[in-house]
Amino acid sequence: MAKKTPAINSSSTADIAFLLLCYFLMTTTMGSHFGLSRRLPPMPDPNQKVEDQKINRRNIIVVKINSADRILAGSEAIEISQLKDKIKEFLSNPTNDPNLPEREIQEIEGYSKGTYPVSKGVISLQNDRGTSYRAYIEVQNELVKAVNEIRDEFSMREFGVKYSALQDEAQQKVVRDCIPQNISEAEPKDVGKRR
Amino acid sequence: MSRFKKGGKKEMPGITSSSLSDIVFMLLFFFMVTTQMRDKEQKVKVVTPEASEVVKLDRKDLNSYINIGSPTLAYQAQYGTDARIQLNDAFRTTDDIRDFIAAERESKSEKDRSLMTVSIKADQDVRMGIVTDVKQELRRCSALKIMYSARKPAK
Repeated sequence: MAKKTPAINSSSTADIAFLLLCYFLMTTTMGSHFGLSRRLPPMPDPNQKVEDQKINRRNIIVVKINSADRILAGSEAIEISQLKDKIKEFLSNPTNDPNLPEREIQEIEGYSKGTYPVSKGVISLQNDRGTSYRAYIEVQNELVKAVNEIRDEFSMREFGVKYSALQDEAQQKVVRDCIPQNISEAEPKDVGKRR
Repeated sequence: MSRFKKGGKKEMPGITSSSLSDIVFMLLFFFMVTTQMRDKEQKVKVVTPEASEVVKLDRKDLNSYINIGSPTLAYQAQYGTDARIQLNDAFRTTDDIRDFIAAERESKSEKDRSLMTVSIKADQDVRMGIVTDVKQELRRCSALKIMYSARKPAK
């Protein structure tokens, strides 16, 4: 007579399955994706005549990065560490300097005080074909940081919390409307040697 | 004389744990199916630059990726070390971006098409020339929502 085989103890299957489960639980949330969001300007229509964009000279700051990753903001060469403060000064224009962008009093929807002097400043970012991507992102990051800090200050003043901590969608929109993020990526220019 | 025993200690039947493994397996399969493993082979080496002001991408399913970087070691003999563009699974040039964007658009549902984001995953050492070419091509395809992939700096 054949010997009876003992039943395989299956109580550990649950443990094994749990282990696998935990592994997959971890991996599902891991691949979250971060980045700097931008909106590209639409391609100009070739049939359309080039319209003269009437942006006052004082309202625009040109940030250039050359192929050696040196930065030129406005008319002077500066270091990356100084860029943020320069942009902040440019956008906020606290002393109403006639060389810095004008502020236009605009009605802001949902804003308790009704109107806010919105800066008309535009940052124009130009780069060379030889610029390294690292430097480009670094500059982009500084520009965003400058805007975010001004937004934070405004938000602290108005709502008592930082912009990033604002829960209310409407309040976020007010901050965004009062301090717009106008970064334009200029048409590429071929300067220097091509790759 | 009663036929029914009274006060007899009734044993609580032990909860059978044999179905536990089935339940866990079910959960397991669910997560296995939903996990999106990296299904695409990375043919270019991409180390994204660091940026402190990054925002999280909220709709991952509406995202298409354009990888830019120098080919990995296995492909360097064939393609050299110059920066190249990888779309889906193969090396491509800027001329192929149009078709790629069209195909990606097609795969999204009608109402989500305007929300489609193109994520540029470029290596931090590539030159802006190739990135500019990609951007220009994206503008021509009017895929205007883009995102420069970056990672948070380690604290």
